[in-house]
Amino acid sequence: MFSGVAGCEHIAAALVDGGRWLFKNMGMSQSAIEIENLSKEYPYGFLSLKKRKSLEDLTMQVEDGEVFGFLGPNGAGKSTTIKLLMRLIFPTAGTARILGKSIDDVSMHGSIGYLPEQPYFYDYLTAHELLDYFARFHGLTASDRAARVAAMLKKVGLDTAKKIQLRKYSKGMLQRIGLAQAILHEPKVVVLDEPMSGLDPLGRREVRDIILELKREGRTVLFSTHVLSDAEMLCDRVGVIVGGKLRGIGTPGELVDMKAQGMEILLELSGAAGNLPLLEGATRTGERYRVQLPETELYAALDALKGAGARILSVTQIKPTLEEYFMNLVEADRAQASAVEVSGK
Amino acid sequence: MRNVQTVAANTFREAVRDRVLYNLVFFALLMIGAAILVGQISIGIERDVIVSLGLSAISVVGIIIALFLGVALVSKEMDKRTLYALLAKPVKRWEFLLGKFFGLVMTLTVNTAAMAAGMYIALWSVYRAWQPSDIFILTAVYLILLKLAIIVALALLFSCFTTPFLAILFTAGVYVAGLLAGDLRTVRGVELDPGALRLMRGISYVLPNFENFNVMGAVVHGHGVPGVMVLQATLYAILYIAIVLTGAAMVFARRNLK
Repeated sequence: MFSGVAGCEHIAAALVDGGRWLFKNMGMSQSAIEIENLSKEYPYGFLSLKKRKSLEDLTMQVEDGEVFGFLGPNGAGKSTTIKLLMRLIFPTAGTARILGKSIDDVSMHGSIGYLPEQPYFYDYLTAHELLDYFARFHGLTASDRAARVAAMLKKVGLDTAKKIQLRKYSKGMLQRIGLAQAILHEPKVVVLDEPMSGLDPLGRREVRDIILELKREGRTVLFSTHVLSDAEMLCDRVGVIVGGKLRGIGTPGELVDMKAQGMEILLELSGAAGNLPLLEGATRTGERYRVQLPETELYAALDALKGAGARILSVTQIKPTLEEYFMNLVEADRAQASAVEVSGK
Repeated sequence: MRNVQTVAANTFREAVRDRVLYNLVFFALLMIGAAILVGQISIGIERDVIVSLGLSAISVVGIIIALFLGVALVSKEMDKRTLYALLAKPVKRWEFLLGKFFGLVMTLTVNTAAMAAGMYIALWSVYRAWQPSDIFILTAVYLILLKLAIIVALALLFSCFTTPFLAILFTAGVYVAGLLAGDLRTVRGVELDPGALRLMRGISYVLPNFENFNVMGAVVHGHGVPGVMVLQATLYAILYIAIVLTGAAMVFARRNLK
């Protein structure tokens, strides 16, 4: 006999399972991007008999509405993954779906936007002509095209340069027009390959703002980057790829283990600082001291500093950064690669 | 077909902006010079010289454009990676190829039409009157255009799977072999193994028979071309281009970009 509550739980669970079944079987996916065991090998050498693995058995999902950062050093497989998703190259094994549809279904491209790495466009066109040209593939009417193109040029700060041929554009301007063509048709999923590349600090800030705006609008963004601070600032989750293999995936906090490794106090103290044992191992710059200590000793230390007449400027947690996590992975991969080379395997 | 049309229009715009049609200036100067010269040195055969020279120039300039631009249609887009953003749009690869083909054929049509107009102006400047046989020149120009369209299709096919240099070599090779396809088909009185003869005939049917499009001799001497021949040549060109472009689309459909 089920109690009333237990019965309701069973019904609820059955409904959830049914919903999942419907999602899977009616082509509706919960994840915006689903990648399953994706691999890519490139033939090389005489008669192309040797194979180099560029991507190995990649499985991951990018959830609907999230900003996902794809991190990795040069040649790690970031661009390969993105090109596979965009069907610019074809996988050796594995599959991927975007918005529940196979990447082989070109009609799905109407709902995705893509910025290639170091984009290069038809340089005989002006920015306005290029966007109008791309907008035509999305079946927009002439008035819709005109409105969208004008709005987009303004958004990326190129409205004053819209009549200049792209051959006269700087790298940063090309990056902006690339971003504009990627989001022109208001796609549900936006894939950006190194969107900050070639931009000055102001340009980077503008791209960050655009990514955040896309997130606010509920769009899914997958972007690759080398710049870890950008990833930390923008991403809900990140995936770290090294040597063609996914080495970690999660929120930046999960990856670096958010548990604080201690506390750091920044203070100002003039005069008899030498009497305080607390300051013996501190880093000193003029009258400023930077002290690191275990969290359990924080309050006692603050009391002692207050007693000595110190002015506390800040108290912060010491946490490992995403950069440290990333560097550890890269170094471990390189060490493994050289060990394999030495052993001749 | 909307995507094909969009790509074609942009390909034409590229040719115009990259000043491909500047060759028309050279052609105009050639025709004006020829008209003045033949007016002075030839008696009674001015028309033959102008028409012969004009049709040859249309053919040669057209072949150069079809060969080099035809190969560049796809390879340039792959080298410069302009293709990346385009293929991420809802555009099928065969639509891109077809658009590129029609864009260049459109360019060649404008080029050829302008050159033909130049030739007619040269004829007018010599005779100050039209002759009934002048209309046949248009037939020759049309057939040259069909020949150029086949060369563009071949250049596209080769550029889909090899380097631009090799694609130019292969296309030029097939063009030269295609000029001899008719001879291969009708070879007589040569002591050859029947197997080799069959192979030779087989190859001749695979190669584009460019003799189908050569009516220059008749037109230069003021003779007309039978309508059935023009129709046959048109159907042959359409069929040949369709087969070649289908092959190109099949190769390009699974081509990994850089």
